Amino acid sequence: MFYIYCPYCEEYREEEEFHPKGEAHIARPEDPDNCTDEEWGDYLFFRKNPRGVHHELWVHAAGCRKFFNVTRDTQSYRIYESYKIGEQPSVSA
Amino acid sequence: MQKYSGFGLLKHALSHHENWQRVWRNPKPKPRYDVIIVGGGGHGLATAYYLASVHGITNVAVLEKGYLGGGNTGRNTTIVRSNYLWDESAHLYEHALKLWEGLSQELNYNVMFSQRGVLNLGHTLQDMRDIQRRVSANRLNGIDSEVLDTQQVQELVPVMDCSPNARYPILGSSWQPRAGVARHDAVAWGYARAADALGVDMLQQCEVTDLLVEDGTVTGVETRQHGTIKAGKVGCVVAGNSGVLAKMAGFRLPIESHPLQALVSEPIKPVLDTVVMSNQVHGYISQSDKGDLVIGAGIDGYNGYGQRGSYPTIEHTVQAIVEMFPIFSRVRMNRQWGGIVDTCPDACPIISATPVENLFFNCGWGTGGFKATPGSGHVFAETLARGEASELAKPFSMFRFHDGALIDEHGAAGVAH
Ligand SMILES: Cc1cc2nc3c(=O)[nH]c(=O)nc-3n(C[C@H](O)[C@H](O)[C@H](O)COP(=O)(O)OP(=O)(O)OC[C@H]3O[C@@H](n4cnc5c(N)ncnc54)[C@H](O)[C@@H]3O)c2cc1C
Ligand SMILES: [Zn+2]
Repeated sequence: MFYIYCPYCEEYREEEEFHPKGEAHIARPEDPDNCTDEEWGDYLFFRKNPRGVHHELWVHAAGCRKFFNVTRDTQSYRIYESYKIGEQPSVSA
Repeated sequence: MQKYSGFGLLKHALSHHENWQRVWRNPKPKPRYDVIIVGGGGHGLATAYYLASVHGITNVAVLEKGYLGGGNTGRNTTIVRSNYLWDESAHLYEHALKLWEGLSQELNYNVMFSQRGVLNLGHTLQDMRDIQRRVSANRLNGIDSEVLDTQQVQELVPVMDCSPNARYPILGSSWQPRAGVARHDAVAWGYARAADALGVDMLQQCEVTDLLVEDGTVTGVETRQHGTIKAGKVGCVVAGNSGVLAKMAGFRLPIESHPLQALVSEPIKPVLDTVVMSNQVHGYISQSDKGDLVIGAGIDGYNGYGQRGSYPTIEHTVQAIVEMFPIFSRVRMNRQWGGIVDTCPDACPIISATPVENLFFNCGWGTGGFKATPGSGHVFAETLARGEASELAKPFSMFRFHDGALIDEHGAAGVAH
């Protein structure tokens, strides 16, 4: 059971208040009209899916309903940090 | 290979069952193989078996970091069916189902394939429309499939709450009589034994730590225990670890790894002689030959490689089962475990060439690949032997996520199974 810190509520809450939303920091293509199919496919579907440190999006669904980022190890399940959208992680693989 | 038979059993009884041959050898790795299969789950083992038996390619090794069948193969709830919506997947799963039907004979190993039928329940009008559509599509593809009403469902499963008072009343179901369950370990062991007899090396406790690529072509693998092993072709069949292997070769996959869990109860007397699945309340259940209820859950939504599931998911699953079967409310659960499933955005597998020459991947089976084990191995062996996708495998290229030809099976694969 995760105990997750919401950087907006500034509180630790139980996992069930949150929904995971997958890999974080996936930037929408700058010039969508001129993307190749390959670039669109990469953006939409291809993921790092690391075994280890993962930067991921969560939403505080049953709380403030804001999206934020979490750095978490996908093998040990240790959570390193939560940080707001637009901020950069301090822990990386 | 020592052939198993009733007579053999009697004969070995005379020597107190002390002289049975080893089921497979424990060979030393050769420096080079024509084909290396990474991953000794059901799919990898089936691939090796068909490479040897159908294509005569016997200089093959299966490299498994743990023990054979110790991944999702030995952790799944063993539901086998082929009632998928789209032609591409229906053909693939039906190909597998046909192979299941003769598998125990072919392998001379009892995989305990039991065609006890599978119900996919509908609880809303939209469920029923989807079921009708899927059943019609199945029938056009020559797959046995029927729509049942509430009354017929109740007759098949007397202990299920089919009353209109249920919180999510059962309005009907799809029914595939040829579907059922099989013994998961036996499938791995049966394929391993048959492949070994044809000369394939099973290398257990042999973890691949790197894929060797020269000028865009794979030339072998680096292993933790046995150093470098060269190969003509490499086939990766590592389920939840596919992303890890792809990274070794320098590309990404449209796959994310999630924990999926299951649980079994204490053994009880026979009470459920078919398989019940519900997308809507999200649970699925059957009863094993030992008598335990085998219950499957949904995936945990986050990426994870720890082979365990979360507590909230157990709670939701058990709620769903008790909702459908109030009679089971006081059955005690014995064991719970998790596997790491390789989910793909369109809920269909990837059987494919890759950006690296002579390197092939068979993955993305996610929550529902056990049923496909024989078919997956069969088409992947052909793909490896020919060096290009077999007819049935063609639609499942990883490059469909670039050209957009996705095969959306979220409906038929809706509940993890
Ligand atoms: C709880 C649960 C319930 C399920 N229920 C059903 C069901 O009812 N019906 C159904 O059809 N499907 C079901 N599935 C899905 C099904 O189990 C899988 O799709 C299928 O078994 C995958 O088989 P596989 O051989 O590809 O993978 P696995 O059996 O996972 O084999 C992959 C192997 O690769 C090995 N490996 C990984 N990395 C390396 C490495 N670097 N070097 C060497 N070896 C490596 C692993 O140790 C593993 O043994 C379920 C899965 C789970 C977890
Ligand atoms: Zn919050």
